Amino acid sequence: MRRWLVLFALLLPLQAFAAIDTYEFKDEASRVRFQQLTDELRCPKCQNQNLADSNSPIAKDLRTEIHRMLGEDQSDDEIIDFMVARYGEFVLYKPRKTASTWVLWYGPFVLLAFGALVIVLISRRKRKPQAEVVDACSDEVQDASLSEADAQRLNAMLKQDGDQ
Amino acid sequence: MRRYIVFIPLVLFFALGVLLWRGLQLDPTELPSALIDKPMPSFQLSSLQDSQRMLTEADLKFDEPVLLNVWATWCPSCKAEHAQLNRMATQEGVKIIGVNYKDERSKAKVWLEKYLNPYVINIYDDKGSLGLDLGVYGAPETYILDAKGVIRYKHVGVVDERVWQQLKGVMASLQSEAAS
Repeated sequence: MRRWLVLFALLLPLQAFAAIDTYEFKDEASRVRFQQLTDELRCPKCQNQNLADSNSPIAKDLRTEIHRMLGEDQSDDEIIDFMVARYGEFVLYKPRKTASTWVLWYGPFVLLAFGALVIVLISRRKRKPQAEVVDACSDEVQDASLSEADAQRLNAMLKQDGDQ
Repeated sequence: MRRYIVFIPLVLFFALGVLLWRGLQLDPTELPSALIDKPMPSFQLSSLQDSQRMLTEADLKFDEPVLLNVWATWCPSCKAEHAQLNRMATQEGVKIIGVNYKDERSKAKVWLEKYLNPYVINIYDDKGSLGLDLGVYGAPETYILDAKGVIRYKHVGVVDERVWQQLKGVMASLQSEAAS
């Protein structure tokens, strides 16, 4: 008897879970699509929740509507268009790539590239003056661009300057 | 020239700061309506007062701008704005179309007897289907329809005297636009 009671107790939470999800789908694929859509669409009333999350009446209505449209074999795009036509681009947690959302999608990469460019420029500029300083301090000029004779002449002139 | 380059990050910082600060002043619950400048969605629903009388979008064309107010007896804010709607209808002769949104007919009728009826017609939308097509997400909502039945403005929330002055301005400009 006790064993049966324990078994029954184990089944209870499962039953409670089943009561929440009252939508029935004709196949597994549409169930997955339903979850995906309600995850990606935002509740217009409770703005930081998606449709799957929200308990507000409007979210429930929209879930029912999505379920109905899935039953009618409408594509994801059709369902999303339906929502956008009524509630605006706002309901998309994944904004579409249009001229107005371009900054949103690619802005971070542009900023990243800009930052990388700045770092490269700064590090280059820092290295260059140091190299010049080293050259100026050394007594002997050993520049590959000078011919042997020129280098000797230049060194002689530098020496002269140093002597004065 | 070169020495000013160091100020670029500071300028960027202030530009971003101003942008974000402005963002803080915006009211995130005010959504832009997707239906602005679109015609009233088509529907076929019964009148609240007379369940035999069917109404369609053709019944909403008056030759002047009108208000369309989405209301319900379960909505406390609708009660708050009701006196204002009554005043606008009786004293200023504004035509207000009511959409009784996800409500019960008997309750809504009692409400209108009790608190007076500011509406020229009332659409009984018990399933919320017209509300869905209008993109209603919380009653009360008030729309302005122009003389051709096109949605031109949307206000979400209670209509008080301040909001009414705003709506009045929009309606007046629509009126003069239609006249010209």
